[in-house]
Parts: sequence; C-alpha cells; structure tokens
Amino acid sequence: MTATAAPPTPTPAAPTTVRAGPLVGTTLLARFVLRRDRIRLPLWVGAILLFLVGSAASLPTQYADAAERQARAALVDNPGVRAFTGPGFGLDDYTFGAIIVQELFGYTAILVALMVILLTVRHTRAEEETGRAELVRAAAVGRHAHLAAVLLVVGAASLLTGGLIALGLGSLGLEDVDWASSWLLGAAVASIGLVFTAVTAVTVQVSAYARGASGLAAAAFAVAYLLRAAGDATQIGGGTWSWLSPIGWAQQTRAYVDNRWWPLLLSLALTVLLVAAAAWLTGRRDLAAGLMPPRPGPATAHWLLSSPLGLGWRLHRTSLSWWATALLLFGLAYGSITAEIETFVAELVVLEEWMAEIGGQTLLDAFFAVIILLLAIIVTIFAVPTVLRLRSEETGRRAEPVLATATSRTRWAASHLTIALAGSAVLLLTAALGLGLSAAAALGDPSVLPRLLGAALAHVPAIWLIVGLALALFGLIPRAVTLVWVVVAYSATIGYFGDFLGLPDWTATLSPFAHIPLLPAEPFTATPIVAMTFTAAALIAAGLAALRRRDLTTPA
Amino acid sequence: MAELIAARGLTKHFGATRALAGLDLSVAAGEVHGLLGPNGAGKTTTIRILLGLLRADGGQARLLGGDAWRDAVALHRCLAYVPGDVDLWPNLTGGETIDLLARLRGGADPARREMLCERFDLDPTKKARTYSKGNRQKVALIAALASPVELLLLDEPTAGLDPLMEAVFQQCIREARAEGVTVLLSSHILAQVEVLADRISIIRLGQIVETGTLAQLRHLTRTTIVADTAEPAGELARLPGVHELEQRNGHSRFEVDADHLDTTMRRLAEHGVRSLVAHPPTLEQLLLRHYGDQIPTDTAENRARP
Repeated sequence: MTATAAPPTPTPAAPTTVRAGPLVGTTLLARFVLRRDRIRLPLWVGAILLFLVGSAASLPTQYADAAERQARAALVDNPGVRAFTGPGFGLDDYTFGAIIVQELFGYTAILVALMVILLTVRHTRAEEETGRAELVRAAAVGRHAHLAAVLLVVGAASLLTGGLIALGLGSLGLEDVDWASSWLLGAAVASIGLVFTAVTAVTVQVSAYARGASGLAAAAFAVAYLLRAAGDATQIGGGTWSWLSPIGWAQQTRAYVDNRWWPLLLSLALTVLLVAAAAWLTGRRDLAAGLMPPRPGPATAHWLLSSPLGLGWRLHRTSLSWWATALLLFGLAYGSITAEIETFVAELVVLEEWMAEIGGQTLLDAFFAVIILLLAIIVTIFAVPTVLRLRSEETGRRAEPVLATATSRTRWAASHLTIALAGSAVLLLTAALGLGLSAAAALGDPSVLPRLLGAALAHVPAIWLIVGLALALFGLIPRAVTLVWVVVAYSATIGYFGDFLGLPDWTATLSPFAHIPLLPAEPFTATPIVAMTFTAAALIAAGLAALRRRDLTTPA
Repeated sequence: MAELIAARGLTKHFGATRALAGLDLSVAAGEVHGLLGPNGAGKTTTIRILLGLLRADGGQARLLGGDAWRDAVALHRCLAYVPGDVDLWPNLTGGETIDLLARLRGGADPARREMLCERFDLDPTKKARTYSKGNRQKVALIAALASPVELLLLDEPTAGLDPLMEAVFQQCIREARAEGVTVLLSSHILAQVEVLADRISIIRLGQIVETGTLAQLRHLTRTTIVADTAEPAGELARLPGVHELEQRNGHSRFEVDADHLDTTMRRLAEHGVRSLVAHPPTLEQLLLRHYGDQIPTDTAENRARP
C-alpha cells in the first residue's frame, strides 16, 4: 500500500471507551505481586516481628533489676556503642522501652530495609531484566502501573510490619512499655520501610540490572546508617549528622522516652519526594534501560582467567572484598568497647553467671569468646552461598560450557569450594585482626591480638564442616542443597540463644560450633578441631565422588 | 572412512520419561552430520551423553576413540561444543568469556578469534548481561570455532541468529569441513541441514529412524510430478506406486515412489507430454514421512520452517 493511496483510516474506538491512564492495571498487578510473594512476604514480616518482639520479651531475663539496666546504660556512654546502635535516650532511667529503642531498633531497621529493597527490586528491575515486564507492559497496562503496584504492596508490608510490632510490643506487658509509645515505635519502623522502598524505587530507575539496583539501595542505606552513626557517636542523643539520616529521624522520635511524632513528617516528605522522582524517571526512560549506560570491559581475558579457579575468583572477588571490609570494621568497632565491657559485665549478675558457666579466666575472655563465635557464624553466611554457587551455575546452564571443555568435574567443583574454604578462613582472621588490633589498643595489651587470631582459627573447621555438608548435598542430593541453611540457622540459634532457651544439653551437640572450645575463655583442646577437619574432608570427598558419578542437571 | 562417533543402543530415562530408546548413531570422520528431529526427540540428550555430562542407562557411546563418560576430560581437548541455549556470566565481557572457554579447552589462535569476532560482528568489550540471545550464541560459536579441534558438537547453534549471521555460520562450517573437522549438527532448521550436511540422521522418540545422504534418503520417498498431456492420462490411477493423483482436463499432479518412477514416466510419455515439472522430495517431506501421521503437534512446527 502506498502512502498517497491510503484510504481514510477509521479512528480507533479503544481510547474513548477504555480507561487508558498511566495507572491502568495497578490493582491487578498488585494482586499479582501478592500472589507471587504469598509465602515470601509473611516470612519476612514474621522474621522481623520475631526478632524485635522476641528479643524484647527476653529482656527481663537478661536484666534482673533497674540497677543492672543502669549498668548497661553506662556502656552507652561509649561513642563506639552509640555508633553501633543508636543515639541513647533516657539513659538516666534506662527502662525496657529505652533499651528497645537504643539496642534493638537499629538492627530492626537493617532487617526492614533489607526486606523492602529486595522485594522492590524483585518486582521491578528484575522483571525488566528478565524481559517479563515487557510481556506485561505490552498488555493494556499503564506506564506507571508496575511501579505503583509494587510500591503499594511493599509500602503496605512496611505499615503492616510496624503495626504488628506495635501490637506485639504493647501486648508483652513489660514494665514501662506502654501502648502509645509502642505505636510510635511501630510507626518509626514503618517509616524506615517506606523511605527505603522509595529509595529503591529510584535506584531501580538508575541501574539497568537488579543486582546494581539493590547494591545502590543498600549503599544508600549504609550511608544513612553511617551518617546516623557519626552523629550519634559525637553526642549523646544524636548530633547534627544524625538529622541527615532517615534512620536518625526514626530514632529521634524518642519512643518510650519523650514520644515525638513530628520527626516522622521528615520521613514522609522524603518518601513522597523520592516516589515522585521515581515516577518522573519512569516516564522518561525506555523499558529495560537504565540511566547509567553500560560500560565496556576488556576485550580479552586477563591471564588469571584461564582456569576454573580463576573464574571462581573473578566471580567472588567483589563479594569477598566487601565482606572483608565489613568484618574488619565490625571487629574494630567491637574491639574498641572492650575497656567498658569489663566494668559493665562486672555489674551484671545474670551475664556474670552465664559467663562464669563458660568458665573464662576473665570476663573479658568470655566476651571475646562470644564475639568470635558470633563472627564465625556470620562468616558461615558468606561460605555457604559461595560453595552453593556450584548449584546455581549448574541449573543456570553456566556449568555446561565449562564441563564441555577439558575441565574435570572435580576441578570445576574445587574452584568454588576452594574460595569458600580459604575465603572463610581469611574473613574470620580479618575480623579477629580488627577485633584484636582495637582491643589491644583499648586495653594497652598487645598479647590480645595473637590470642584472638588463634581463637578465630580454631573456629574455622566448624565453618568448613558446614561447607563440606553443603558440598556433600550438592553431590548426593543436588535438589536439596538449601537444606544446609537449616543447619546454619540451627547453629546460629543455639550459638546466640542456647543458654536462654533452656534446651537440653544434647541439642547443642548438633551444632558444629558447640564442639569448638570457646577460646580464649576455655582451654584449647585439639581433638574436636582435628575431628571436625577430618569430617569436613570426608564430606567433601563424598560430595566430589558423588558429583563425578551423577548426571549434570541442566534444563533442556 | 573412520567412524568418529559411534553410539550403540543408547538408552536414557529421566524418571518415568524415556528420552532415548536404543539410539544408534554413526558419524564418519570429516563429515558434517545433521541430526534432525523436533523438540523432545532426544537430540540434546544424545549430545549431552556424548559430552559425558549425562550417563547413559544402557548402550555404548564412543567418540574420537574414547569412551564418552570415562574419558570425557581428555576427549574435550579435541572437541568444542555449542549449546542451543547459551547463558553466560553476566559480569564477564564477551571477549573474556571467549578466552576463558578457549583456554579451558587448551587455548585458541588469537588471529582466528579476532577474525571470527569480525565476521560475526561481535563487540567483545560488552558485558555478557547486555548481550541479546543472538549475541550470546555468537560468543559460544566464536569460542568453539576459534579452538583447533577435531570435532564440533553443535546443538541448534543458530537458534537466535539473523539470516546474515546464519550465512556466516554456514560459511564457517564449510571452512571447518574443508580443514577436516567433523561436525555433528543438531537442528530443526531443515534448510540449514539440507545445505550443510553430508549425511543426515532423523531422530524420533529417542531412536534414529533413518540415516543416509540426502540423495539416499530421497530414494526412500516419492517424487512429485506435475504434467500437462495432450490427452487425459486416466490410466495413471491404475499404475502401481502412484499416489495422491489429481487430474483435470489433461493436467495431472501426483506423487510416485522412487522405484516406480521409470515405468510411470514411460506410460505418461505415451499421452503426449506438453509440460513437465518434477520435484525431488524435500527434507520436509522426508521428515513428515516419519512424523506426519503419528505426532501432528511436532510436525506443525517443522512445517512452519522454510
């Protein structure tokens, strides 16, 4: 058909009879998001609720009376402690409510931000990256409907989390934990969710990749946390820097102490501003495109990228360096408060009894032992996904091209395995180095450092055992590899709360960490460490042998 | 000619599904061998068994003089593989991926790699996450073709390529063949197999149902004849080996079995042939012979292909 001879085209009837605004389809998409996350969403909200309300419920068992709470308040005089958790309100009368805000809110904020960032990215940028959004947008769906639906659901999840936390805390019936303050705390938690949902709504416009978008949002959270940390460290009650952070605003509500609602207006204003910015950006950019143009990389491979191990290093090096940095800082921060720990613990009867049970030479040794155990469990959270990368490479069709070359299965598996094994040792030593350095400086005792490094090293075989278990599952029952997380979760629960839960002794023996002597508090015994190393080696050997015999399960 | 791939009685089950049911495959050294069949016929399973990625439940798979499962690593030095669905590491560039895969196989010729990047029009500095399906396919193809190997195992290697790149691919395969490389090319693109393959094996429900050169396979089926004759050739209907006859005022259209072609043409000539068109059987007809009646859903896809 030529242009000149074109017959008059009938005007399409659709726009006049069908709604065609930019938000068409929002409700349907919101229901779709809820359908996809019908398990994930309740798990997140439930886990956060369990963490905060569960920890709050255990406070009376940790502090027998007001005097012990005051001893704890004295610890908050240390800027390092405030940088970790919060500005410190109501230190003169350190009630359970004040403890909740000072010591639990910061961690809750991290969990809530993690939830909203991951959920928002999952339903926006990840959908675009995989091309699924294209299918949806090709239907009668408005330009802003996708984002609006996700914001509705994730925003509602934030409000729900806050509301349930208020209900949970209010109904605990703790001394000085009243309903009005609990509602304010719930609102403060919800404000964190709303702000970082909005932040993520912007970062998913900026980066064209889901990982990049979550990384940017997480970086924004880290900056907000550091600003607050800087402000809170400089001044009890928070300094100027604290007021530059949405996390600071939430804490400045001073729930349970002064109950101020107005700082949340700042959070609300920022949320509205960011959502507007996100909507504006959505309208300006192409589907599946980001604001940052993709950068070109090297045209040829570095000589290191010549073996499965080289590939493994390339795939894990970024995460490894972030982990090392974070753990070093974590260790340094914990080490810096060692001087105060001694005075604090001395006044705390419950903790003293518990630490006496651990049987340390000094209370400080017991503190170090607990911190090293904590760090070892955290490092496990690096080690497990690193070795399980083998499984995602297999199911993600990326193992096949490697195994079709002159690479044996053992050599291929050894790559990610080596990085998990060596990486966890390096990370735990890095954390212990930070802890040891700043503790040595704080105590004026350089002998602390080698003792802490040794204690860290003793915990490495327990991590290796869990890595070995993951590899054995990968070889023998590849579909069930995620089961290894049950062991990690169990070990963490036993490690943190074992003595508080009042479980029978044998339950602890199921955690590999329970067999490691709590160095430097307990005397060194080689038997469990050697036995655990051999068990880890046996599990790895079994996993590799099974891998050599089984079919590779790659989707057709 | 030496047998480079020799599979005998391969069987493979995935749970209750039977993927291979006694598959025999023979590929001679130096030939381009087409493996034809619709999705789910067992092409990919066969190639994965040849690569030692899957273990056959029964039968024997030997290639390049070794056992596909036991000698996998040693054999992989001498062969290259291109899967139909290519997924790459998102944060590696195409160039890095090509180098990595080639090095894992024992190295590649840099000049050849460069030449292939140019011919396939691939920008090797882009991160794999920015590549389209076709570009990911090119990365795998270049990595395979840049390595000096004896055998190429290609599993629907051009599924995402445009017609221009398809032409480049076909040229590269012809060059590889000229250098003495053996190629096993699994495909459901008939035109590709028709122009490239020296011999063809047709796979159906996990078995090879036909193997031979295109000419040999054609011999097994019918030629289509369209003729105009001076007087109506009514007797054609009574001749043995004539099928699907349509006649209208001296115009005849029919199919005839290869072994009755000679007698049929003689009888037709008696009626005074004015015009004559003879179509050799297409690969599509060959396939339909094996698939047409039994599994219509599978052949619908094949029929849609050129």
